[in-house]
Amino acid sequence: MYVYQEHDQQLLEERVAQYRDQTRRYLAGELSEDEFLALRLQNGLYVQRYAPMMRIAVPYGLLSSTQLRRLARITRTYDKGFCHVSTRQNIQLNWPALEDVPDILAELAEVQMHGIQTSGNCIRNTTTDELAGVNPEEIEDPRPWCEIIRQWSTFNPEFAYLPRKFKIAVNAVPGADPAIIGVHDIGVQVVHNDAGETGFEVWAGGGLGRTPMTGAVIGEFVPWQHLLSYLEAILRVYNKYGNRDNKYKARIKILVKALGADKYRELVEQEFAELKDGPMTLTEAEVQRIQQCFTGQPYRTDVDSSELQARLADNKAFSRWYHTNTHAHKQAGYRAVTLTLKKTSRVPGDITHEQLDAVADLADTYSFGEVRNSHQQNMVLADVADSDLFTLWQKLDALGFATPNLGLLTDMVCCPGGDLCALANAKSIPIAEAIQHRFSDLDYLHDLGTLDLNISGCMNACGHHHIGHIGILGVDKKGKEFYQVTLGGRGDKFTRVGEKLGPSFEADEITDVVAKIIDLYVEKRHENEPFIDTYERIGMDTFKERIYG
Amino acid sequence: MAKVIVDGAIVDNQWQRLDNDTLESGLPEGKVLVPLAYWQENRDNLLARGDVAVWLAPGEEPRDLEDDLEQFTLIAIHFPAFKDGRGYSYARELRTRYNFKGEIRATGDVLRDQLFYLQRCGFNAFEVRTDRCIEDALAGLRDFSVTYQGDAADPRPIYRRA
Repeated sequence: MYVYQEHDQQLLEERVAQYRDQTRRYLAGELSEDEFLALRLQNGLYVQRYAPMMRIAVPYGLLSSTQLRRLARITRTYDKGFCHVSTRQNIQLNWPALEDVPDILAELAEVQMHGIQTSGNCIRNTTTDELAGVNPEEIEDPRPWCEIIRQWSTFNPEFAYLPRKFKIAVNAVPGADPAIIGVHDIGVQVVHNDAGETGFEVWAGGGLGRTPMTGAVIGEFVPWQHLLSYLEAILRVYNKYGNRDNKYKARIKILVKALGADKYRELVEQEFAELKDGPMTLTEAEVQRIQQCFTGQPYRTDVDSSELQARLADNKAFSRWYHTNTHAHKQAGYRAVTLTLKKTSRVPGDITHEQLDAVADLADTYSFGEVRNSHQQNMVLADVADSDLFTLWQKLDALGFATPNLGLLTDMVCCPGGDLCALANAKSIPIAEAIQHRFSDLDYLHDLGTLDLNISGCMNACGHHHIGHIGILGVDKKGKEFYQVTLGGRGDKFTRVGEKLGPSFEADEITDVVAKIIDLYVEKRHENEPFIDTYERIGMDTFKERIYG
Repeated sequence: MAKVIVDGAIVDNQWQRLDNDTLESGLPEGKVLVPLAYWQENRDNLLARGDVAVWLAPGEEPRDLEDDLEQFTLIAIHFPAFKDGRGYSYARELRTRYNFKGEIRATGDVLRDQLFYLQRCGFNAFEVRTDRCIEDALAGLRDFSVTYQGDAADPRPIYRRA
């Protein structure tokens, strides 16, 4: 992973000192609420329903075991002993005290972590495929490009007060969208041209929230040297012309839609023409310096996979977990392993301090001391030797991380919702729990196969409900909580926004509605046909008829 | 006399910023900052008078002043609210696209905690909001000693500076 040099560390320490003084001035009455708001948001601090919520940046989801242990300590010392993995691969604390945040940031800075630009109207954490670097399908490791974007976007002075938040994601897998770049403000698809040179297909104007849409291709092939100049051009056009009168119309997607992709491209090209070949042009030496941070895992070439094969043959539970929760790896003799944070009766994405420490130990023993957060709110040990898989599975099972439901209906994505979040219109966690209980039979879940179910407690869509095959959105109707269902969203092979099923439901109806949707699928599916394919074949009207007919 | 930060020092503010209301009673004596539209309507008279500069509101870009830039020793960019970040791009364009060498002054809701970024975008003068301590705001220019990206003062990113 990227290891800080002296200047990176210096910058972080100066940030902590700056924020400590800002907090002091706020508490002394020298900064107004509104002035402090912008400053605390850019350090990750929201003020929520019951307490502040603090979002800690995890650049492109990658964590070291040292960082995990520090997070464990912070949740013990300053919070209630647990934290939450977010859909943008970050970590959230739900109960820190505003006065403690400078100390928390100082503790984080000691392990090269921070809350910089994790909220507010600025460029947020750059995200990518949680299997980046080990995914056999990718054409190259996207993380060096994420790190290059991270450095460019960190404290970029021109883009700290944008019209609205701004999220960038990078994908290097052709024919699939594991980083859901289609619904990001900017999506960067790593591509190779006929000469084998790296470049980027750059999308702009995707997003979820109130007006969900997928982005448009703005740059068809941006050579790697010009990545930052091109991004800067897109951002400058947005900063100048994005809507600042209405926050609901302020995202770049609204501007791209209003101008049209061709006009937006034209404006970007004008800016880019001036920036191109200037000092922002990336050098081969710099890209190599960053790339070298992500290579050199000491893989063994003598991994013995024979025991694994024997265990798979004679242990059904292990075999089910292996086929559901582990992934193919670039390196022969290795697998990537997902730790599902989705056990029944647990808030999706929550993890306790004991578990954080335990995962850190497992990472040290089995995966070169590194862990990744996924946008589906799970964790990944990316480099596990075949010969360690059985032992690791046993340990994960004891910790509650081996529920073999990855990609299945109960591997739900869910925001904190009305139990914790001040923005929410409705609770989301109890809905997730009710669905988990209804569908707790593992054989049945496996029979149903791949199914993405996403829940958001309001239209800000932190639970990415629009891209769930089944999406559930909490809405408020005259002070009462209702739930709207969407079907056919996708964040898998490609990214697509789902369609509304119809009028919304009350909280106690929603599990029955999900069950009816599933029953219809089971009746209509062809052999081995996943839910989303059946949906696309039989269409929305069939589902409408069943639910409302 | 009101104070302003120019090139890192607190000095007397020689310039008076006029808006449409204050302009109704005509131009006062001394150095004046006028709105873009007023400049465009009264360009020749103002050039004859001298001691004049223009301030840009959000939505008014340096491009709108492109042909006149050499007439000015100062251009002000106004922030009705500090959260409206358009002025950051305007200053950056004045410095890097139009190569403007004169003073770029931030006026309006100008506060200590934004000064570091404003400075990096090319502002070198700051009319700190009058209810805030200008001496205190000076510290905001020194929040960081490290920067990753190039900026108006030094366009090179950190790895090209070594």
